[in-house]
Amino acid sequence: MNSLHDEFIPVSDLPEGRPANLSRRGFLGASLGALVLGVTLPGAGALAQNAATAAKSAPRVSAFLEIRTDGSVLLRSPFVEGGQGVSTAMAQIVGEELDVDPANFTVECAPPGSDYQVVGGRRFTGGSFSVRSSYETMRRVGASARQMLLQAAASRLKVPVASLSTEPGRVLHAASGRALGYGALAADAAALPVPEDVTLREDKDFRWIGKPVARLDVRGKSVGKAAYAIDMQVDGMLRAAVQHAPRLDLEPAAFTNEAEVKAMPGVHSIHRLPGAVAVVADRWWRARRAVETLQVTWTDAAPGTRRAMPSDFSSEGRRAQLAAAPGPGIAAETVRDAAATLEGAAKTVTATYDAPYLAHGQLEPPSALARFNDDGTLDLWLPNQAPEMFLARAAKAAGIPAEKIKIHSPMLGGFFGRHFIYETANPFPQAILLSKAVGRPVKLIWSREEEFLRDALRPMGFVRFRAGLDANGLPIALEAEAVGEGPRDRWFGRKPDAADGSAVEGISGKPYAIPSRRIAHVLVDDPAIIGFWRSVGHSMNDFFYETFFDEVADAGQQDPYDLRLQLLADKPRHKALLQAVGDLSGGWKRGPFTAPDDGKRARGVAMASPFGSEVATIAEVSLKDGAVAVHDVWVAIDPGRIVNPGIIEAQVNSAVALGLSSALLEEVVYAKGVPQARNFDGYPILPPDRMPRVHVRIVESGAPMGGIGEPGLPGVPPAVANAVAALTGQRIRSLPFSKMKFGDT
Amino acid sequence: MDVIINGKTHQVQTEDDTPLLWVIRDELGMTGTKYGCGIAQCGACTVLIDGQPTRSCVTPVGSVAGQNITTIEAVTEDAVGRRVVEAWVVHQVPQCGYCQSGQVMAATALLKQNPKPSEQEIASAMVNLCRCGTYNAIAAAVRQIAQG
Ligand code: FES
Ligand code: FES
Repeated sequence: MNSLHDEFIPVSDLPEGRPANLSRRGFLGASLGALVLGVTLPGAGALAQNAATAAKSAPRVSAFLEIRTDGSVLLRSPFVEGGQGVSTAMAQIVGEELDVDPANFTVECAPPGSDYQVVGGRRFTGGSFSVRSSYETMRRVGASARQMLLQAAASRLKVPVASLSTEPGRVLHAASGRALGYGALAADAAALPVPEDVTLREDKDFRWIGKPVARLDVRGKSVGKAAYAIDMQVDGMLRAAVQHAPRLDLEPAAFTNEAEVKAMPGVHSIHRLPGAVAVVADRWWRARRAVETLQVTWTDAAPGTRRAMPSDFSSEGRRAQLAAAPGPGIAAETVRDAAATLEGAAKTVTATYDAPYLAHGQLEPPSALARFNDDGTLDLWLPNQAPEMFLARAAKAAGIPAEKIKIHSPMLGGFFGRHFIYETANPFPQAILLSKAVGRPVKLIWSREEEFLRDALRPMGFVRFRAGLDANGLPIALEAEAVGEGPRDRWFGRKPDAADGSAVEGISGKPYAIPSRRIAHVLVDDPAIIGFWRSVGHSMNDFFYETFFDEVADAGQQDPYDLRLQLLADKPRHKALLQAVGDLSGGWKRGPFTAPDDGKRARGVAMASPFGSEVATIAEVSLKDGAVAVHDVWVAIDPGRIVNPGIIEAQVNSAVALGLSSALLEEVVYAKGVPQARNFDGYPILPPDRMPRVHVRIVESGAPMGGIGEPGLPGVPPAVANAVAALTGQRIRSLPFSKMKFGDT
Repeated sequence: MDVIINGKTHQVQTEDDTPLLWVIRDELGMTGTKYGCGIAQCGACTVLIDGQPTRSCVTPVGSVAGQNITTIEAVTEDAVGRRVVEAWVVHQVPQCGYCQSGQVMAATALLKQNPKPSEQEIASAMVNLCRCGTYNAIAAAVRQIAQG
């Protein structure tokens, strides 16, 4: 059998090495010249393309828009919906310019195709980047289509275009009182060239952009009609389950009870896969029971196997390794001479911080459905956040050209960075091999236990801090060494002598006026399969930095909120945001104070600058039976400009939940090279009774548009930890909190 | 054996100890009920059995033969279920949506048994996990019906 391990192309073969910086903006407008837009009627098949693009390369599916005779609109979105609301945002943006109510849109994820490379000439859903990277492009899609509809109406009515206007869904000729629905014009419009220039609406005229438009997917998701990859079914399909090697470098050797398993009900066949065994059966439960009954002896992988997991690897050992790794590392941010300033400081503060590996824990377990068709093509349904990247890998796994593969990207039952291409963490290569082997469509589902075994983890983080204070207790120097490996360079390639942004973000790039700084990355390769986890490096680095900041404030006898304000004196955007969150919380008060329920409570504050947005967070906590109870979280978020405040508020709620979950509870523990927890019983996630009230204020500063999906998260763990320190005097320097007992109750 | 789902009797051919969840999803092809954990931790697989919210991933099909099973596919056939769905829409509850079939079924069961649950009763009934953190929206939606 083929080795799946060979199917993964090395990092150096990835297109152009890295898709720019996942965490930064800078692509706006990059692909405007290559706009392709199709306005087609079902069955008509006519596509309108501008000449330049048509000449370049004909995309496989070259239409963003399909306007149906009833005036409803199908939008093929470049982005994958996973709960972040991007499908609704796309309908708002296109609908605004097209002049169609977003409620009349159906949005589906477009297949791979050059039309959809709207993220700086590439395509992925992630980095809280979708709306801000494609905003102008998608507005132009809508505006161009509207222009073509106007043109078609002008011909039909034999009047000048200038005499026409639109209202939602129709073209009007005011002089004669005549009107034509978009549905009736779509076929004519599709035959017209895409206009070179279109005028976009003025912001002040927006009807849907900036408004809390209802999500398009809410009803379907409330009645069980939303279909995820795990729900896909095709005729004649078999189901498969796998048992992975407990450790990543092991391979299946012998089966001791093969005959017994073959005789189990519904079993079709038993398969060896790289690092796993599989059973194909008529029903998934039967496949699962059989594959888990199969007794497998595992052998060590050949010496030199890439990313073999050491048999003595443990998370405890990893932490010790990071703690022992010497600096100074590769500088990511250097301002003046921090070391020299520290020499002359009136007082210094040092601390080390760490955060554990985390699992994504998206509620939909991974799956993939593969179907080879009679004409030699392959249909593949799989959870993914970058169809083109998955297409390339699928072609390798299937041994057929990419043109023969059709990728379907159903909505995701949880996003959080889980569905990127991670070596060994995606089931689709297994589904392809199994389908090939049995000659029938195969749907493979990983059980939750297999998912915990093979998820790509948020890496463990470790930071050494040193700060210097002047005689007035103000910080004058800061040194930080972030030790470990970041996921960005793991999957997109390393630049020699450059810090991995995903290892230092949230420690570098802070806005405070601390005059001397050195922020560095000490690279120590991680044996685990690491990945992007909602807010990536920020998920822990802002915890490290903002909590250490409070230690520095305490050492200088400064109030942490006031010190932040003072160090933001010449950063109006940040200062305003900090004041906004103070205001939202009823005025800053650190405490401890007595709450209405007579309990003692305190508050903590933190700031973060993730993914092009700015965030300020305040949390209020008390203790209950030695554990931390979080009552309220106030979040002021400044994404510059916005598309849907309702979705922003929902995303902030979601980010607060996940950030709090990670702070309070989550930790992947490895022992002997194997993750110990295999389900939510051993890896608890935030339950409803630990969810705080969440209060959100959106500040539109007019700065360039930032991200929404991730930015709400990074401020939560430090705001809560700082509140706990204010309440108990206990500093939390290692996550999660569940490792500690608080107070004396 | 005969399994009664949403008022319809289905003849199913499977081992008695097959979890009801997989009979519903694989055998009957009704995919609204979700698999999240398989060990009664998350509640994504919640169905009603004779009106009781039940985690179908750990319910052997053999144990529910002859009982009335309601899945999310039939939720709007019930007046309370319809109100729950409307409240879910008003409060824009779902994000990824994967847990929401189970959440809606849990809320429907609660409100059918207890039309005016207290905050405490809501909290003790609505215990399903949501990785997207829609907990506040869920509570608000249930509260609205309880008070409505
Ligand atoms: S799938 Fe049944 S409780 Fe999680
Ligand atoms: S909405 Fe995503 S898990 Fe609940």
